[in-house]
Amino acid sequence: MASVALRSVSKSFGHVPVITDVNLEIADGELVVFVGPSGCGKSTLLRLIAGLVPVGAGDIVIDGEVVTDIPASKRGIAFVFQSYALYPHMTIARNIGFALETLGLSRQEIDAKVAEVAATLKIDHLLARRPRELSGGQRQRVAIGRALVRQPEVFLFDEPLSNLDSDLRMEMRMEIAKLHANLAATMIYVTHDQVEAMTLADRIVVLNRGRIEQIGTPQQLYHAPQNRFVAGFIGSPRMNFMAVSANASSSDCHMQGPGSLSFDVSLSAPGVPAEIGIRPEALSIATQGQGKVTGTLERLEDLGHEHLAYIRIAPDVAWSVRLSNSLGKNALGTSIGLDWRFEDLFLFDKNGHRLDHSLSHERSAVANGVRA
Amino acid sequence: MRTKLERREHFSGLLFVAPLIAVLILVAGWPLARTLYFSFTDAYLDDSANHVLIGFRNFVDVAGDPVWWRAVRNTAIFTAISVAIETVLGLAIALLLHGAIPGRGLVRAAILVPWAMPVVVSTKIWEWMLNDQFGVVNRAIVGLGLADHGVAWVANGSLLLGVVIFIDVWMTTPFMVLLILAGLQILPEEIFEAAEVDGIPWWKRLWSITLPLLAPTIGVAVLFRVLDALRMFDLAYVLAGANVNAMTMSIYARDRLINNQELGVGSAASTMVFLLIALVAIFIVGAMRLDRSGAAER
Repeated sequence: MASVALRSVSKSFGHVPVITDVNLEIADGELVVFVGPSGCGKSTLLRLIAGLVPVGAGDIVIDGEVVTDIPASKRGIAFVFQSYALYPHMTIARNIGFALETLGLSRQEIDAKVAEVAATLKIDHLLARRPRELSGGQRQRVAIGRALVRQPEVFLFDEPLSNLDSDLRMEMRMEIAKLHANLAATMIYVTHDQVEAMTLADRIVVLNRGRIEQIGTPQQLYHAPQNRFVAGFIGSPRMNFMAVSANASSSDCHMQGPGSLSFDVSLSAPGVPAEIGIRPEALSIATQGQGKVTGTLERLEDLGHEHLAYIRIAPDVAWSVRLSNSLGKNALGTSIGLDWRFEDLFLFDKNGHRLDHSLSHERSAVANGVRA
Repeated sequence: MRTKLERREHFSGLLFVAPLIAVLILVAGWPLARTLYFSFTDAYLDDSANHVLIGFRNFVDVAGDPVWWRAVRNTAIFTAISVAIETVLGLAIALLLHGAIPGRGLVRAAILVPWAMPVVVSTKIWEWMLNDQFGVVNRAIVGLGLADHGVAWVANGSLLLGVVIFIDVWMTTPFMVLLILAGLQILPEEIFEAAEVDGIPWWKRLWSITLPLLAPTIGVAVLFRVLDALRMFDLAYVLAGANVNAMTMSIYARDRLINNQELGVGSAASTMVFLLIALVAIFIVGAMRLDRSGAAER
């Protein structure tokens, strides 16, 4: 097994910069997930690590060795593709064992290894079939088997579950988590699905426009996002934002905004809040005539296990609220007050950086990744 | 029991194909039937109305003619060698063009030039270039000291068929390149990336991945080319006329029909060409199917 490091890696396609100065250290045995919106460069970054795309600048280090100029086949990696990329004209057994054929192993040794991997992935009954006769989930198992059989130092997954339906996705997610636990292998996993990111990752790397926005454990990203982008990207439904005007002559800061928003905070570092953010699950319905902000209930969604309410605070601001019970159809169109605890409030300056506001002891506990 | 909607769709379907069927009967069915009919008569071209049915005598006549068998042999040699070279060369060039070489767009356009030229024009150009006294090819050979006098490429009967094959390869390889390149470009790229990561060497990628996946494309290209080559007429005729050294089956049929005015015998020869080509086509299509199910069992 091996560690992976990226040192000031950049890549452009023509004049379009896709990856800009990425630095990252991945420890041996760690499962790191790259997330970001489509086009953020997460797949390109994975391909750079794999050696499928040559690096523009910087270095890629695997297991302490600079592999920037070493071809993909010599990097000790295995790559699992979103499209599975199985060889359509070969049986499943040959698909899995194909890479071993060039290693000078005997037929028996190859068959034994293929059988072992197939048993691990519960696809041993499919070995004589061809990829087109398999379901999507089975194909992805074969693709993973093809990676496993080579016993690589590093596994690279490029949105491996994106083509599966949600049930299968959950099943395969657990399968991959189990594999990671059993193999203790270094894994890098690209996804746009934040549930996958939150559940699988030891650490998550949030990418945006070819740059790293933040690296951290799932809890750190959720509870202590460094900027507005990460705050908005992690969490579903996404965090509610609203522009505010702040009067910050000293560390005490008075803020005003739509929906009769008006409150004071004390900032622990200099800065001028331009926007506030609160997660839908941190909001609660205030008793009549109270609450830090008020708006009109516009829409209700009943998801069975939870209810979502959409509350319009200003013509261009609608917040979502996650509730355990329904507000009832009669409440539609009425005025609703919303409340939150101060430690659940996020402040961002006009550049999107998060500002610490002091409810000092509680906030620091949160920053360490422990839910307050 | 059909619903009204189904009947209406069926009817409009018939309505749409009717003009096509009518045209086909007019331009293909009728001449074919006429040729088949005349092949059983003793008709002559100058007075085709005056004839009697003579059964299979024309076919026996053709089958007993050594010149016909020479034409069959020429056609078979021409087809086998030219299609084989075109396929291998076409595959090689297509693989080169598929790789990201600089100036690929230009090469791709340039390679089409031979295919875009009329056969008569390129044949005449090559004939002139291969002229034994004034041709540029002989001049180059002598100039480079490879031989002290030029080679009679076109005038020498034993070289003639080779020259026909050479010009055909020059003209038709672009067609192969284009078809195979199109086949290459629809192969999913990630399969080759997977093989690359897995450390599969290039020759094994070519042999075990590219070629099997490309087989249907190559099969169709070969089928097209074989059928085309079997009815070879224009190139050989422009270059050698009715010279028996380069006479193909089609030239033989034309020779009997036009030069000898033998409408009956010429029709019989044409019918035999048609049957032979049909037979080969059925065989190739069958072989391609067999190949596919064979691959499915391995």
